[in-house]
Amino acid sequence: MRATFILARMTFREALRRKIVLTALLLGICFLVIYSIGVHMIIGNIHSLAQNNAGGNPQATGIVSSEGVNFLTLAGLYAVAFLSIAMGALLGADTMAGEINSGTIQSIVTKPIHRRDVVLGKWLGFAVLLALYSILMSGGTVVSMFTQSGVFPPHVILGILLVYSESLLIMTVSLTCSSVFSALATGGIVFGLYGLAFIGGWVEQFGSLVQNQTAVDVGIVTSLIIPSEALWRRAAYEMQSPLSGILGISPFGTISVPSPLMIAYAGVYLLGSLYLAVRLFEKRDL
Amino acid sequence: MPSYPAIETDRLRKVFGERAAVKGLTLQVQQGEVFGFLGPNGAGKTTSIKMLLSLIEPTAGTARLLGAPLGDRSVRARIGFLPEHFRFQEWLTAGEFLELHGQLYGMKPARIKEQSAALLERVGLDEFRDKQLRTFSKGMLQRIGLAQALLSQPALVFLDEPTSGLDPVGRRLVRDIIHELRREGTCVFLNSHLLSEIEVTCDRVAIIRSGEVIRLIEMAALDSGRATVRIRGRGITPEICSGLENWGQAIRADGELVSLNVQSEESLPEITRFLVERGVQVYQITPERLSLEELFIETVGKDAGL
Repeated sequence: MRATFILARMTFREALRRKIVLTALLLGICFLVIYSIGVHMIIGNIHSLAQNNAGGNPQATGIVSSEGVNFLTLAGLYAVAFLSIAMGALLGADTMAGEINSGTIQSIVTKPIHRRDVVLGKWLGFAVLLALYSILMSGGTVVSMFTQSGVFPPHVILGILLVYSESLLIMTVSLTCSSVFSALATGGIVFGLYGLAFIGGWVEQFGSLVQNQTAVDVGIVTSLIIPSEALWRRAAYEMQSPLSGILGISPFGTISVPSPLMIAYAGVYLLGSLYLAVRLFEKRDL
Repeated sequence: MPSYPAIETDRLRKVFGERAAVKGLTLQVQQGEVFGFLGPNGAGKTTSIKMLLSLIEPTAGTARLLGAPLGDRSVRARIGFLPEHFRFQEWLTAGEFLELHGQLYGMKPARIKEQSAALLERVGLDEFRDKQLRTFSKGMLQRIGLAQALLSQPALVFLDEPTSGLDPVGRRLVRDIIHELRREGTCVFLNSHLLSEIEVTCDRVAIIRSGEVIRLIEMAALDSGRATVRIRGRGITPEICSGLENWGQAIRADGELVSLNVQSEESLPEITRFLVERGVQVYQITPERLSLEELFIETVGKDAGL
């Protein structure tokens, strides 16, 4: 474990030195600034629209307003989830493949450490990095909306944790592929899997909307192949307003809710992927 | 010094697909000796070293380092390694780089600090402690790599082409460090294409082909052993040339010049007496020792490695 922490620290320090953190931080701040400006400009219109459509009923105005705010919050978090996934995929893609290809790894694995320390150390370093990124981005999005509307989405901590878990899962899959394939091939595989999960998720959503069980099953099967989208949909379910859930009208909310069993499966999938990364790296000729 | 060899391999074999990169390496390297590992390109040198360092899993055979089977982590703490393609964490400073590797060796912070300072000075990089490795030249990277390999004061050091990126001053430095290591009782396993470097640093040399040892050379024996003798004299007849075959092979007569390979320089007085007794006027008789390069080419053939 000692070596795992040494290598986790090294991985984190590498991200700092190579300006990965700085770049992500600057772009993240840009995102939050643009999002906050956008919300500031739209939120007044939401209130006016709510008043017009609610026919002067203050209770109805409040409900429509809070639906609009919730929609904007989920839209922001949806973008954050995508950025976090991209970051996770990119961090994982080059880390093993790049060091194996350059030979940097040789002076590390010949030290009195387990090979698993290398994989776990890198994973831990990136997991901390992604956690900080998620706190900044998801937290920033939610806080920005709260300061302007006074509304927090429901179950926000659980929701942010699920968004983080999605990026962690993608980073882990990327790390696993990177233990065997080149960085480029890893990127192709991971984004391909993400695309599969994305489209599978939408097929399941529409299937649920039109009550087509076959389409729902297709979505469930894609979630079994890669459960990242299921994590987002559970996060959206937790954070969406109850009314959106009932009506199923929000593109960022969810109609077909992934079960707790599917979330548990995602956890097992992540751990299984990490175990596979360790085993593949232990067996690999360097 | 412990009784077991520093390196002991028994028919160590590695097959990639259908090609055997190392057919069967059987070798013993003693503690405290500087051992040269030679072979033409594609002879399996790097694959052999990688197997010994557990970077590659052998297909068959066994090996022990410092008395323990391959992969033993407690033994790895006593092994240093300078890889051939010395690519390191270039975003670290030289000091941080040695600190990281010291930590991975499990060294105490005070010892890391002490060893790092001493080694940075030894390899001539003490002024560059706080510079990032990305700013280093190839030679400087080789030097910091060497410092990393010696950080834990290992009992066994693998140096894979340690002088390939160095200028003559750097090569001299590496040579001096290898001599120091020998004095301290450290075993050095040296893979280099620079035969002149091997010649002046190694105690023994193995020449391999397809991962099999085809010749083991004691460098001390090479120093006092075989030589090519060049004779210039008047009156050397074909009969005299035939008579010279009693002492050596490959007689080449060219007018007044004759050259032959002898097993030992000890035979020179007898050859001189033989020539003088047969009326040859001897103007010159010069022994030229066989260099490692000549032995290498004689062993592997001129076309090897093409």
